[in-house]
Amino acid sequence: MNAPLRRVGVVVMVLFGLLFANLNRIQAYKADDYRNSDYNGRVQVAEYERKRGNIEAGGTAFAVSKQTDGELEYLRTYPGGAKYAHAIGYKPVNLADTGIEEAENAFLAGTSDQLIGDRLRDLVTGDETAGANVLLTISKQAQDVAYEQLRDNRAGVSKGAAIALDPRTGAVQALVSMPSFDPNPLASHDSDEATTAYNELQQNPDGPLKNRALGEVLPPGSTFKIVTAAAALENGVTPDTKIPAGPSWTPPTSGEPIENAAASICPEAEVTLMNAVTESCNTGFAQLGVRLGADTLKEKARQFGFEQDDLTVGRLGEDGEPVAASRTGSMENPDGSVDQAALAQSSIGQRDVRMTPLQGALIAATVANDGNQMRPYLVSQILGADRTTNYYTAEPDELRQPVSDQVAAELREMMESVVQNGTGRNARISGYTVGGKTGTAESGPDTPEHAWFIGFALDEDGNPVSAVCVLLEETGDGGSAEAARIAGQIMRAAIASPGSR
Amino acid sequence: MTVAATSNSPPTTPGGQGGVRLARSRRNAELSLLLLAMVLVAAYGAMVEASVLDTVTPSFWVPAAALSAVFLGLHVAIRFLAPFADPALLPSVALLNGLGVGFLHRLDLARATPAERAELATFAGIGGRQLAWTLISVALAAGLLAVVRDHRSISRYAYTLGLAGIVLVMIPAVLPPSISEINGAKLWIRVGGLSIQPGEFAKLALLAFFAYYLVRKREVLSLASRRFLGVDFPRGRDLGPVVVVWLISLLVLVFEKDLGTSLLYFGMFVATLYIATERVSWLLIGLVLFFGGAYLAYVLGELIGGPFANFYLRANIWLDPFADPYNDGYQLVQGLLALGSGGMFGAGPGAGQPLKLPEVQNDFIFAGLGEEIGLFGLSALLVVYLLIVERGLRAALAVHDSFGKLLAGGLAFTLGLQVFVIVGGISGLIPLTGQTTPFLSAGGSSLMANWLLIAILLRVSDAARRPVAGGGASSTRPPGGPPEQLHGAPTEVIRP
Repeated sequence: MNAPLRRVGVVVMVLFGLLFANLNRIQAYKADDYRNSDYNGRVQVAEYERKRGNIEAGGTAFAVSKQTDGELEYLRTYPGGAKYAHAIGYKPVNLADTGIEEAENAFLAGTSDQLIGDRLRDLVTGDETAGANVLLTISKQAQDVAYEQLRDNRAGVSKGAAIALDPRTGAVQALVSMPSFDPNPLASHDSDEATTAYNELQQNPDGPLKNRALGEVLPPGSTFKIVTAAAALENGVTPDTKIPAGPSWTPPTSGEPIENAAASICPEAEVTLMNAVTESCNTGFAQLGVRLGADTLKEKARQFGFEQDDLTVGRLGEDGEPVAASRTGSMENPDGSVDQAALAQSSIGQRDVRMTPLQGALIAATVANDGNQMRPYLVSQILGADRTTNYYTAEPDELRQPVSDQVAAELREMMESVVQNGTGRNARISGYTVGGKTGTAESGPDTPEHAWFIGFALDEDGNPVSAVCVLLEETGDGGSAEAARIAGQIMRAAIASPGSR
Repeated sequence: MTVAATSNSPPTTPGGQGGVRLARSRRNAELSLLLLAMVLVAAYGAMVEASVLDTVTPSFWVPAAALSAVFLGLHVAIRFLAPFADPALLPSVALLNGLGVGFLHRLDLARATPAERAELATFAGIGGRQLAWTLISVALAAGLLAVVRDHRSISRYAYTLGLAGIVLVMIPAVLPPSISEINGAKLWIRVGGLSIQPGEFAKLALLAFFAYYLVRKREVLSLASRRFLGVDFPRGRDLGPVVVVWLISLLVLVFEKDLGTSLLYFGMFVATLYIATERVSWLLIGLVLFFGGAYLAYVLGELIGGPFANFYLRANIWLDPFADPYNDGYQLVQGLLALGSGGMFGAGPGAGQPLKLPEVQNDFIFAGLGEEIGLFGLSALLVVYLLIVERGLRAALAVHDSFGKLLAGGLAFTLGLQVFVIVGGISGLIPLTGQTTPFLSAGGSSLMANWLLIAILLRVSDAARRPVAGGGASSTRPPGGPPEQLHGAPTEVIRP
């Protein structure tokens, strides 16, 4: 029996040889793959060993990492709580990062190639220099007002959004989505707590995790008339041109009559374009849109930024929070001809037209800024942990030029008239020239109307200082006055905040 | 005994390897190796504390000292009960057992909050429990050495042991899953807070039975044959027992949902059958039956699922662990990531993240260790296992009775196979199955059973190396191995 025993010994050696060879494959040949695998939680532990950089706005940190004595050394906390949740995003341990936390992760975590100097110094000193700090364009005052006014809105609705931009640069002054949420439990190191908090938010029917300011689209209603008006002004119409109006108008191929919000609005057969904007005359704009044609209207909307599906808001030229594409929708019959009824309804921002609040703010900002649309951004500066090394400073960048300065001036005049004499009176700010456009959008037979306001403010020298879009969902009729009031408050705060003129 | 063996040995020393002439007990060598192993265990404990606590506490040596006391007790027992036992076995096993306790204690430290760490008593946590199990297991091993003064006496209870083995294997299969199932494999009996893996003990009992049965049947199994394609195949009627064991192992595979145990039993049986009959055809038949059976189970799992679904799933995880890295493939993926993160040299004792691994105190302890001690450390552990297996086989070579040869050879091979099954499983070499890692994994059943296995190897090696009383090397009758002492073994033939 000794020969087979010896052979069994050889077999065991071969089996152990296989184990040894396989361990070599895993621990030597493929070690780096496994060590840096996305599924490897050790990467996380290493990531949490370095203090993550702050995210700041107006000199105050709204995302900071605090030392703990747990396995993960630093805990991400958000002193701003719900107020900054959508502007900053959050960085959970196991769930996906969002917002600026995600877009600027390389700098915040200190892993960016540009931070090689810090890493080399760490090698020598043995320290872990913190990640870089990201400074946001957000104005604390504007953000406070936007959050509080939206939360305590007098229309009593629970969903909405507000975004304010500096029209000259595209810098975001305030960004609020309502309802908001407290990001702190999501960043908890207790994965059960984080998951529970996440699931609760996920299941909330109001969708607090949604960034309504950037990521959600709704029918823009009458705010879209600015686009229709811009197309008209470029096609031979002036603010003083009389356009057909009336209490009711039925598009040529459809039995559905288009009416005005109130009987007092443009019952005359003809009104000037100026008056049509000021009073928000549906019958006038429906006929104007049909006269311009679907192609002209869609092209004008596209020039304002509709249909763009790759816009992000974060650092200029880099990733950021993705922005949903605003759409004009189809205005065609099944046979390919223009559906006049759809075109008429689209001209007043109904039918299949959909817009993000950011797009609304961009339209207002473009009008205020002589027709130049600046690329929106949230990150103004990236500073090293020592706060002296500057890795990035935003250099404002023109995104597109939807209208000429001539047309922009005429649109401005009309929008100023809306706030001065028309539906947007609540947005007035003393000492500043404010222009805007209200919107009340029907979104379905059983859903109350959504209220919009897009607007801008010019200082005494005529320089644009703020552009804003406020959306209040499901307010019902008349909510746009409240939206205009909130917009005025936000712009007033943005103007008053330091660094603004 | 065999053509190969006799041709390798001088004709004047019948019985193969000349262990009989060694009069030295080598007990002092055992003692020094044991102390060296305990120094390594203490050093490991100190390194863990330095890494986890940033300081070495004044009491870092306590677990190592407790283990040393236990193992020294066994050493003393061996001096009296088995003075000629192989001196390498105890220190090797003590090293593995000690590192296991050290690593489990390291897990306790990682799980405890900083405030609790200082208070961790020697017998607290899973590390402390393992220390207590070690004490019990080593005492059982000493008890076995005291009770079984001659390994051949085990053969008297062969049928009882065989029956007990089958019952132990079958218990978890017939128990409701709530009692017997952990992580999809039905291998346990859980009573209160205690989980017993009866399969660990069944292994020993079944092997004793196999050894006895095959010693009786080896003549007929190895002589009666038909030649086909140049290989001698056994007669159909002699295939009976091997088919029965094959069926049992497949039933284990299907009803206990565990490929590892199934592979272990079947491999154990085929190996002892091969050692007993010296016939390669048994190996071929065994391999074809096992792989054919496994493949069939895989195909059936894909087609009809049911009891085969678990095996099908495990095989698919093995084929592509990263296909579902957060659910099905989670354990294996985390094991691979831990091993890969450790790399060649490892993070250092106490410097890894073993808590990221599921089941790190059981199935994945080798991966957890691998993250901290690296490829070099794991290779050293594999060498220690290999040393134990080869020393066991050496005892089998040197002992003179067939029952002892089969018992020691089978046990040593089974130990090696178990290491292969679990280490191969967690490193993705073969489909992952729920086996314990001998002497390292937390758990009383595994530790006790494996220490009993070592006690039997010590007993057999003592018989193999014991000098012949008065007879001298010229004795033609090998000591300790006359067939008439084997209860009811008429086919025992000694062929020098």
